[in-house]
Amino acid sequence: MENKNKNSEALKRIESELKKCVKCGACRAHCPAFATFGKEPAVARGKVALAQHLLKGDIELDDATYSAMSKCLLCGSCVEKCPNNVPTDEIVMVAREALSNQRGLTTFHSAVGRVIANRSLMKFGAAAARILGPLFFRKVPETSGLRLRFPLPFVGGKRHIPPLAKKPFLERHPEVIPGEPGKPRIVYFVGCMTNFCYPQVGEAALALFRHLGCTVIIPKNQQCCGLPGMSGGDLDTVRELAEANLAALEKYEADYIMTACATCGGALHKFYPNLIGKRHPALAARLKAVADKTVDAAQLLHKLGLKPEETGAGNEVRITYHDPCHLRTRAITSQPRELLRGAPGIELAEMEGADKCCGLGGTFNVYHYESSLAINKMKSAAIIKTGAQAVATGCPGCMMQLSDGLKQHGSSVQVVHTLQVLARRLLKS
Amino acid sequence: MLSQKILDELKKIVGPDNVATDRQDLICYGYDATQMEFLPDAVVHPGSTDEVAAVLKLANAAKFPVFPRGAGSGFTGGALPKGGGVVLVVTRLNRILRIDTENLIAEVEPGVVTEQFQQEVEKLGLFYPPDPASLKFSTLGGNVAENAGGPRCVKYGVTRDFVMGLEVVLPTGEIIRTGGETYKGVVGYDLTRLLCGSEGTLGVITKIIFKLLPLPEAKKTMLTIFDSIDGAAKAVSTIIGNKIIPTTLEFMDYATLQCVNKRFSLGIPDNGRAVLLIEVDGDRDLIEKQATRIQELIKPLGLVECKIAKDAAESEALWKVRRLVSPSLRDVNPDKFNEDIVVPRSKVPDVIRVIEKIQQRYDIPIVNFGHAGDGNIHVNVMIDKSVPGQEEKAHKAIAEIFQAALDLNGTMSGEHGVGLAKQPYIHLELKPAQVAAMQAIKQALDPNNILNPGKMFPVGQQCAPE
Ligand SMILES: Cc1cc2nc3c(=O)[nH]c(=O)nc-3n(C[C@H](O)[C@H](O)[C@H](O)COP(=O)(O)OP(=O)(O)OC[C@H]3O[C@@H](n4cnc5c(N)ncnc54)[C@H](O)[C@@H]3O)c2cc1C
Ligand code: SF4
Ligand code: SF4
Repeated sequence: MENKNKNSEALKRIESELKKCVKCGACRAHCPAFATFGKEPAVARGKVALAQHLLKGDIELDDATYSAMSKCLLCGSCVEKCPNNVPTDEIVMVAREALSNQRGLTTFHSAVGRVIANRSLMKFGAAAARILGPLFFRKVPETSGLRLRFPLPFVGGKRHIPPLAKKPFLERHPEVIPGEPGKPRIVYFVGCMTNFCYPQVGEAALALFRHLGCTVIIPKNQQCCGLPGMSGGDLDTVRELAEANLAALEKYEADYIMTACATCGGALHKFYPNLIGKRHPALAARLKAVADKTVDAAQLLHKLGLKPEETGAGNEVRITYHDPCHLRTRAITSQPRELLRGAPGIELAEMEGADKCCGLGGTFNVYHYESSLAINKMKSAAIIKTGAQAVATGCPGCMMQLSDGLKQHGSSVQVVHTLQVLARRLLKS
Repeated sequence: MLSQKILDELKKIVGPDNVATDRQDLICYGYDATQMEFLPDAVVHPGSTDEVAAVLKLANAAKFPVFPRGAGSGFTGGALPKGGGVVLVVTRLNRILRIDTENLIAEVEPGVVTEQFQQEVEKLGLFYPPDPASLKFSTLGGNVAENAGGPRCVKYGVTRDFVMGLEVVLPTGEIIRTGGETYKGVVGYDLTRLLCGSEGTLGVITKIIFKLLPLPEAKKTMLTIFDSIDGAAKAVSTIIGNKIIPTTLEFMDYATLQCVNKRFSLGIPDNGRAVLLIEVDGDRDLIEKQATRIQELIKPLGLVECKIAKDAAESEALWKVRRLVSPSLRDVNPDKFNEDIVVPRSKVPDVIRVIEKIQQRYDIPIVNFGHAGDGNIHVNVMIDKSVPGQEEKAHKAIAEIFQAALDLNGTMSGEHGVGLAKQPYIHLELKPAQVAAMQAIKQALDPNNILNPGKMFPVGQQCAPE
C-alpha cells in the first residue's frame, strides 16, 4: 500500500510532462533503443504512453511494463529532438523507481537490481560487495558507482574492462591546489570511472587547468554521482548521494564546478535538479545552485581560451570524435571539436553518426547486453571507417564502452579522453 | 474479441514473438499522431508478403477486422483500430530491394523509412523528391497509402507521381501486382493510382516500385518578407507566371510569425506581415539566374526584406524559421486541430481572409502556414480542451473552414486524408453518387469489410446498399 501511494505520487509529479506528448512519432527517428528492438513499446512515445496509462491505473507494474521501461539508454536523444520537449528519460527513471518499489528484488534479477534495491548507503555498498565478490573490487569503496557499472554478469565474461588504477585519482592529490591570484577557482567533481579506471583523465584535467593558472579543488568526500542508481530507478539512494555531494561541493567557494565525465555532468546539471530537486523541495535551491555552476571541462577550457598549440604538441595523428549523449544533449558539441582541431599534429576526421549513442546507457547494457553490443557495433564500424588512429570523447563511460567494442572488433584504434589529447605536452614535461 | 484459436493461428502464421496481446502492446499500437486512442485485440508483425496474405485470409474467413499500420504518424487516425481487431504492423518489411541506376527505378518494401530511402538513392546521385515533414519517421507504405505530399510538391508532385507499380495483398488474401517498371502502360484500369491514397482500405501494400530522378546539382534558399499576405500570394503567382517553378514556396501568415517570434527572435521587421520561404534547385548557373530573377519580380509586391543563403548552413538557418512553427504553436493553446485544406494558388489570400473572419466570430486563435506553391494551407485551430465548449466551437469553425475551401474550388484535405478525423465532413465535398462509386469499389474488393473498416466513410454507410 505504502509503495502504491508512493508510486502514484511519483507519477503524479510528472503528470504535466506526460501530457506534453502529442504522439507525433518524431522520436522514432532518434531512439537507439527503438532502432534495435523495432517495436513501439521500446520507443519514447510508447514509454510515455505506458507511463500515462500507469498514472491512470489501467496497467500494472508487471513484466510487460518492466520490459518496455528497461529498453532505454537514458541517452536523451528523444528529449533533444522532441518538438514538445517531453523528458522521456526522466519519465523512464520515475517509472523504473515505481517498478523497483513494487517488485523489489524478484524482477530485478540482475545484480544491479539487487544492489540498488538496498536503500541505505551502507547497505547499498555491502550488497554490491557481496554480489560482486572480491576478485575485481577489492580496492573500490562500497559506495562507488563503479560497482553498479560492472555488475557480476560482466566480470569474467567476454567483456573488456579497463584495469583498475594502482592508486585512485582522489588519493593522489591534496584537496586544494592553489593557482594564480585572480584566476578562476574550480571545484573538480571527479566521478568513479576517472577515479578508479582512468586517473590519467584526471591528471590531464589537472594539468590543463593548472596551465591556465586556475585554483583546482578536489573535495575528498565527494561520492558517486548516482547516475547508475538513477538508471535503475533507485532514486532514494541517488538522493542520499546527492546530499553527500552537495556537502562536498559547497564546502569551497568556487567559480565553477567542473566535470570531465559527461555522465556526472548530466547528473549534476540536469538530473539532480529535475529529479531530486522536484521531489525534495528542501534540497531544490542548493541543487539548482550546483547545477548552474556545473560545466564540462572542454566547455570551460574553450571558455577560458585555452590555446591548444601551447599544450598539445605530439606526433601527427588522425583522430575522430564521439559525442557522449550527456554532452550532446547539453549542446556541448562544437567546443571539444574546436579544441581538438586547434591542437598541432591533430587531424580531426568526422565519423558517420558521431552523435549516436555508444550503447552503454546506464544499466541498459546489463539488461540488454546483446542490443548494447549491436548499437556499439555500428559505432565501432563508423570509427574504424574513418581510418583514425584514435577516438577521443568526453566521457569515461563511453571510453569503456568504445574500448570494449573496438577490442571485440580486433581493432587497434586507441580510445582517449579529449583532455588527454590536449594535455599531451603538459604531461610529458 | 479474438478467440484463442485465432490467436494460435496468427502465431502459427507469423511466429509467436510477432503476435502481441499484452495490454502494454495494445496501448502502444492504439494511437497515432491524432489525439485519439483505440485498443486493438492483438498486434501482428508479419515478416513477408505471404504472411500478410495468410493473416488476411484468416481474417476474411473468421471475419475479424485488420488495420494496416506503418509508423503511426498519420494525422487522421487511419491506422487506429476503432472497434478492436488486429493491428497489422508492416515495419518489419523494411528492405530496399534494388535501386536500378539504369532505368531510374527502385523497388522497396513498405516499412522503409522515407528519409532512409532518400539518403540511399542520393548516394547514387539519384533523387526521390516526396518529402512529407514526417519523412524522418514515416514509412513509404504509409506515404503511398496516404498519398503524402510535402514542400517540394510544387515542382515535383506528390507520392503518387512517383509510384510506378505495387505489390498488394487484397482483403481476400490474394496477392496482386499493379502497374510495373515501365513509364508507359495502358492495359486495364489504373489500380496503382486507385491504391495511392486509399488509406489502407483496399489492400495492404507489400512492395512499391518508385520512379527516380537525377539529383539536382545544387539548391538555393531565400527567405522573403512581405508587408501583406496579398503581396506574398501575388509573389507566388508572379514567380510561377514567369515560368519559374521553385522547389518550394512555403508561407507563414502574421499569426504564425507572431507565434514563432514570441519564443525565438527571428529578426522579422515590424512591418513584416507574411513570409515566403523560396527554394530553387537545378544546375548551379541556372539557380543563380533564377534567384536574381525572382528578386526582381517580387520587389514591387511589398517586399520588406530578402535573405539569401550563401551555403548549406545558412540555408538550414532559414529553414529553421519554418521548422520552429510547430513547437511554437503550443504557446498559443495546448491543443490543436491541424487541417490541411487546399485552394487554387491564386485563392490563398481569399481563404485566409475568410479564416480570419471565422476566427473572430468564434474567438479562437487560428494559425495558418503551409505550401503556398500548391495552395495547401495548414490551418491550425488552437484550443484548450479543458475549457468547456471549446472543442465544439472548434468543430463548428472547422466545418466552416472546409466549406470556405470548397466554395473557392478547393478540397478539405491535401495530404492528411480522411481517416476517422475528417469522416464527419466528407459529405461536404463528395456527392452521394461519388461516395456510392467509391463504396462499390470497396465492396468489390473487400466483401466482408475486414480491411480497415470504419475509415473514410461515415459508419453506417460503410458498404453500398444491397
Ligand atoms: C510531425 C508530422 C508531420 C507530418 N507532415 C506531413 C506532410 O508534410 N505531408 C503529409 O502528407 N503528411 C504529413 N504527416 C502525416 C503522416 O506522416 C503521413 O500521412 C504519413 O504518410 C503516414 O505514414 P505512416 O507510416 O506513419 O502511416 P500510418 O500512420 O501508420 O498509417 C497511415 C495510413 O496508411 C495505412 N497504411 C500504412 N501502411 C500501409 C501499407 N503498407 N499498406 C496499406 N495501408 C497502409 C494505414 O492503414 C493508415 O490508414 C505528418 C505527420 C506528423 C506527425
Ligand atoms: S515524445 Fe515527443 S517526439 Fe515522441 S511522440 Fe511524444 S511528442 Fe512526439
Ligand atoms: S532516452 Fe534514448 S533510449 Fe530512452 S527513450 Fe529517449 S531516445 Fe530512446
